[in-house]
Amino acid sequence: MNGPGLSFPVEFDPTLPRRHSSGNIFARFFLVSTWAGIAALALLMLTILNDSIGYVIITTEVDPASLAVNGVPYEEQTNQQLTDILANHLSARRLRVLEKETPFADLNQAELVLLVEQEVLDPEAAATFSMVQSLFDRSMVNAELAEHPGATMQMRFWLQPGLLSNSGSSNALLAGIRTALYGSLWIIAITILVAFPIGVGAAIFLEEYTVDNAFYRLLRANITNLAGVPSIIYGMLGLAIFVRGMQPITSGALFNAVSGDPAAATGRTILSAGFTLALLILPLIIINAQEAIRAVNPLLRQASLGLGATQWETIWHHVLPQAMPGILTGTILAISRAIGETAPLVVVGAATYITFDPTGPFSKFTTLPIAIYQWVSRPQPEFRSLAAASILVLMALLLSLNAFAIALRNRLQKKQ
Amino acid sequence: MLSSNIMPYAQSNIFSKTGEQEEAAGASGFAIEARNLSIHYSAFRAVKNVDMAIPERKITAIIGPSGCGKSTVLRSFNRMNDLVPGAHAEGDVIFMGQNIYAPQVDPVEVRRRIGMVFQKPNPFPRSIYENVAWGARLNGFKVGLGRPSMDEWVENCLRKAALWDEVKDKLNQSGLSLSGGQQQRLCIARAIAIQPQIILMDEPASALDPIATLKVEELMQELARDYTIIVVTHNMQQAARVSDQTAFFTVDADRAGMLVEFGDTRQIFTNPKDSRTEGYISGKYG
Ligand SMILES: Nc1ncnc2c1ncn2[C@@H]1O[C@H](COP(=O)(O)OP(=O)(O)O)[C@@H](O)[C@H]1O
Ligand SMILES: [Mg+2]
Repeated sequence: MNGPGLSFPVEFDPTLPRRHSSGNIFARFFLVSTWAGIAALALLMLTILNDSIGYVIITTEVDPASLAVNGVPYEEQTNQQLTDILANHLSARRLRVLEKETPFADLNQAELVLLVEQEVLDPEAAATFSMVQSLFDRSMVNAELAEHPGATMQMRFWLQPGLLSNSGSSNALLAGIRTALYGSLWIIAITILVAFPIGVGAAIFLEEYTVDNAFYRLLRANITNLAGVPSIIYGMLGLAIFVRGMQPITSGALFNAVSGDPAAATGRTILSAGFTLALLILPLIIINAQEAIRAVNPLLRQASLGLGATQWETIWHHVLPQAMPGILTGTILAISRAIGETAPLVVVGAATYITFDPTGPFSKFTTLPIAIYQWVSRPQPEFRSLAAASILVLMALLLSLNAFAIALRNRLQKKQ
Repeated sequence: MLSSNIMPYAQSNIFSKTGEQEEAAGASGFAIEARNLSIHYSAFRAVKNVDMAIPERKITAIIGPSGCGKSTVLRSFNRMNDLVPGAHAEGDVIFMGQNIYAPQVDPVEVRRRIGMVFQKPNPFPRSIYENVAWGARLNGFKVGLGRPSMDEWVENCLRKAALWDEVKDKLNQSGLSLSGGQQQRLCIARAIAIQPQIILMDEPASALDPIATLKVEELMQELARDYTIIVVTHNMQQAARVSDQTAFFTVDADRAGMLVEFGDTRQIFTNPKDSRTEGYISGKYG
């Protein structure tokens, strides 16, 4: 084939079928990887669900039926009757200890029922089964039940109200995540409050106020690098700066607000943890906010400046509102990361076992991922179920935070 | 078309400090004057040694081949070039008896007095009303006896920009919902809402269709009763149609833009003094 008007021959090889087929190979590959991802996710959810529902065989110190009075089960008895049960079944020493913690007269009926369960019944999970075992291997479950005379068996969804309302306990049946949940919420609140304004502020400064010289180029490159630093190193940093360096502040000593606990007095508090996680996600927020600010149409800036607006007015009225959806998206990602962090908090000094709710930024803390980590590392299967249910709570927390941020972002976008 | 009594507030003092300064501007008879102006982008000299005095309340067109520095010169008149990293100006630009490049001059103040309309319509992603009101509010628009309310002022500016009838029922809709030509007139309304003395327009109609272009041209002539207009255009017919004065720029051997000829539009187009001008307008190059 000779190209018209060309002085040399030109030939084209019509390879369209081959080009299509190589395109199809890629398309098929991407399809497979997408489905592999979906399958992995489904498997994960199934594993968690599998562990969080199933039969439990429960043995108790005392037969619950024996506590009934005139056919009224102990759960429905009056305060006086419950106090009597405690007095009849516990040693005098144990009674004194409990009475000293909180006088029985100050407890309401539900709290007394819980106390009876803990102290008198002291239920124990003799055997715990997964969902698959419960559904498809009844003979094994029944054989196990037969080995525990007097035991009761119940189908238990471990994500039950008690999981949220009880605090940590060495008894899996009575353990809950209340303190860990409060700890996580407190820490995330502090992390957002610290990291969002500082991160967005730094991004504004870097994008709008710095000139493009070697120093700031190096600075920007380093912020990107910081986003890749392993989180445990932020834990070391938090330990050095917040726990040790700023101890008077983070322990609350400066404000006369030390929580009374020896661990908290050393600065191993919610405040230190929040600051540490803020430090951890700061680079992520800065990078994403910079990206969002850079994406704002330069014509918009020119329009604003051309009307005699100052640089700050231009940023505040036009650049930030335009960039906010992008900034929020970056912040969502950063917070999701912070919520699941364990290692840096362990370094900063998360408590492994606390039963008292955090009362403020100067309390000692534990968090959901730490509680989960502790439970999965125990050998008994009932703690694995407890962990699985807690993972569901963590995921729900994460999803609701994200949903909130996405709703906020959509509202901002619609306003324009 | 438009009648100029639509703008009853044009002379009233609705912004702080406007009155005395308008007097100062009137003194020289020129709205703005470039004296030996050269502009560099880092090491590259984009425009060299421009001398031009722009008459008040007239339309001055700047024409010339692409890359000869028309936009550069225009942007230097309200210090929009300051936003380009590495850009700097040498020489003087005299406005209201002041060199706007003098160290004590605040570029924000300059831009508030010398408005700008850009090549691509760039309304704010806000309501039509807000597009007009924002700049006025920002610059201390004052309501009071004998002065318009903000609603009246917005209406006045939209009428002045020949847009009122098209948008009066949808002032709360986004400025971005308008057509390209309407957006550009909204940008003009926005510019006059802060009562500048000069309006700079950089190819304001190049992104518009012929009908919208015509509307903007009519609007420019209407606005020239109250404002000094400097317009960059690559469209020679447009320059011939709308302008009173025309400046022809070209590039010299080392690619620096320079002013070749500046004078009455009719003279430039019928009887150019410089052979390069003649060549350009007769379509020989550029
Ligand atoms: N932001 C900038 N940075 C560097 N050089 C620029 C910039 N803007 C314009 N120039 C250069 O300055 C010269 C004049 O540009 P410009 O004023 O845009 O020309 P015109 O508007 O006449 O087409 C051109 O050579 C262009 O490459
Ligand atoms: Mg140009």
